[in-house]
Amino acid sequence: MTARQPVRVLGKASGRLATMGPGFGFLTVFLLVPLALVLSYTVFRRGRFGGVVHEPTGENFARLADPLYLEVVAGSVKLAAITTLLALLLGYPTAYLIARLPARWKVIALVAVVLPFWTNFLIRTYAWIVLLNSEGPVNSGLKALGLGPVELLYTDGAIVAGLLYAYLPLMILPLYSAVERLDPELREASANLGARPARTFWSVTLPLSLPGVLTGCVFVFVFVPSLGNFVIPELLGGGRRIMVGNLIRDQFLKARDWPFGSVLALAVVAVLVLLLFAQAWAARRAGRGA
Amino acid sequence: MRRHGWLRLPFWLTYLFLYAPIVVLVMMSFNRNRSPYTWGGLSLDWYGRLAGNASIRTGLVNTLIVALGSTALSTVLGTLLAVGLARHTRSRLLDALSTLPAILPDLVIAIGLLAFYSAIKLTLGLHSVLIAHTVFGMAFVAAVVRARLGGMDTSLEEASRDLGAAPLTTFVRITLPTLAPGIVAGALLAFTLSLDEFVIAFFTAAPSEPTLPIVIYSMVRFGVTPEINALATLLLAVSFTVVIVAQRLTRLTEALK
Repeated sequence: MTARQPVRVLGKASGRLATMGPGFGFLTVFLLVPLALVLSYTVFRRGRFGGVVHEPTGENFARLADPLYLEVVAGSVKLAAITTLLALLLGYPTAYLIARLPARWKVIALVAVVLPFWTNFLIRTYAWIVLLNSEGPVNSGLKALGLGPVELLYTDGAIVAGLLYAYLPLMILPLYSAVERLDPELREASANLGARPARTFWSVTLPLSLPGVLTGCVFVFVFVPSLGNFVIPELLGGGRRIMVGNLIRDQFLKARDWPFGSVLALAVVAVLVLLLFAQAWAARRAGRGA
Repeated sequence: MRRHGWLRLPFWLTYLFLYAPIVVLVMMSFNRNRSPYTWGGLSLDWYGRLAGNASIRTGLVNTLIVALGSTALSTVLGTLLAVGLARHTRSRLLDALSTLPAILPDLVIAIGLLAFYSAIKLTLGLHSVLIAHTVFGMAFVAAVVRARLGGMDTSLEEASRDLGAAPLTTFVRITLPTLAPGIVAGALLAFTLSLDEFVIAFFTAAPSEPTLPIVIYSMVRFGVTPEINALATLLLAVSFTVVIVAQRLTRLTEALK
């Protein structure tokens, strides 16, 4: 315990101020104050050219219930759910096989999963425009088979492809760490007791890797609708499908309705916090049960 | 592997899905054909055309200014913050505050800063983007440096103190050099994130001074040109190199430990 005692590099109070003062000062001014500002906007009336008029009102929150916006939210949730499900279906087997690879190949396979994630987000989205365009390689292939051309770009399918492409690593990484941690002896025991591989998977591997599944799903699901992704729906959906991110962007930059934009942002953060708490709670429960 | 035969399909599908768009993009960038979608032979024309594009050059310079500036600021603030959090407090609230910028959706940070800048009547420009990028850059530097601090042996610091070194001397001569690999890794992370960041820059930049991602966004929105393919290929090459070098570096430092 003594080794872990905090070492006072500098005097107590002055050390605290010298190390954390500048950072937290900066965060207070450029993060907390702006967030408080946005929070306060939720209860005021909109200004004519952006900004707010300081008259309290509840109508910004009431507008959330407008069917027009509920439809946007429902649409976003639907696309996010489809993306999450596809990410799980592709990601689980991938993570499972990576965990079984020899150590050297494991690193290569993992880096290969993360590599596209580190490239410019717009470029990754743009790549799908090139791929799915009516004269692009996918459609040329379909044409050669006598199946096309089919409209692939500017559809919900294109948005899902773009979202999946952007966030698949967020599913694979937690799944990998969950599967990797599993004790191989458990599977051997199951096999020795006569269980077929499928049975072992459903009753041993899958239940034990559920926390990873949950984390991956929360990451993908949370990031997809809320990360402010107005770019993918706009570029790959051709603006036909409006998602929550587009709505918030438009309230701030086009409609100039900052109070309603703030309410939407608050709602997004609230959902995010709720899901992250639910995930932490479930992970703790799973940890205790094991 | 043999036992998991049916799992191989989604496994290879994942990698096909991840790399097919990149391969197509790179191939297209070397395509002689004016139409970006049909193959007309190998050519470097679009790279030449790209070099002559003024708006891309401006964007690139702006992005580098913002990334270098915000990385410098993030590295100083984030490193100090990490040391403070590890050594001077046990507050979970401060801990949470330091990671908040990394967790919050970028759109929320973007609208917050837009509202704030407008409330204090700050003229937008490269400085406003630089500040915005420091908000999240600092959080990532602090997180990486803290991870390094967690595994650090404190006995050297104690010895330095026992031998009568002033606190600042101990910090500069013992703590900082020990933390150096973490600081470099954190700075690299902050730099890469700033280079690629679009949403926050889109809200906090002046229209007359766009960063490179903003330039790319407007180009992509108004149509596909082979020039973008060339630019994309160059950017892909840069990020791939950075990631692989960073990967090698961390393995090197781990081997030296």
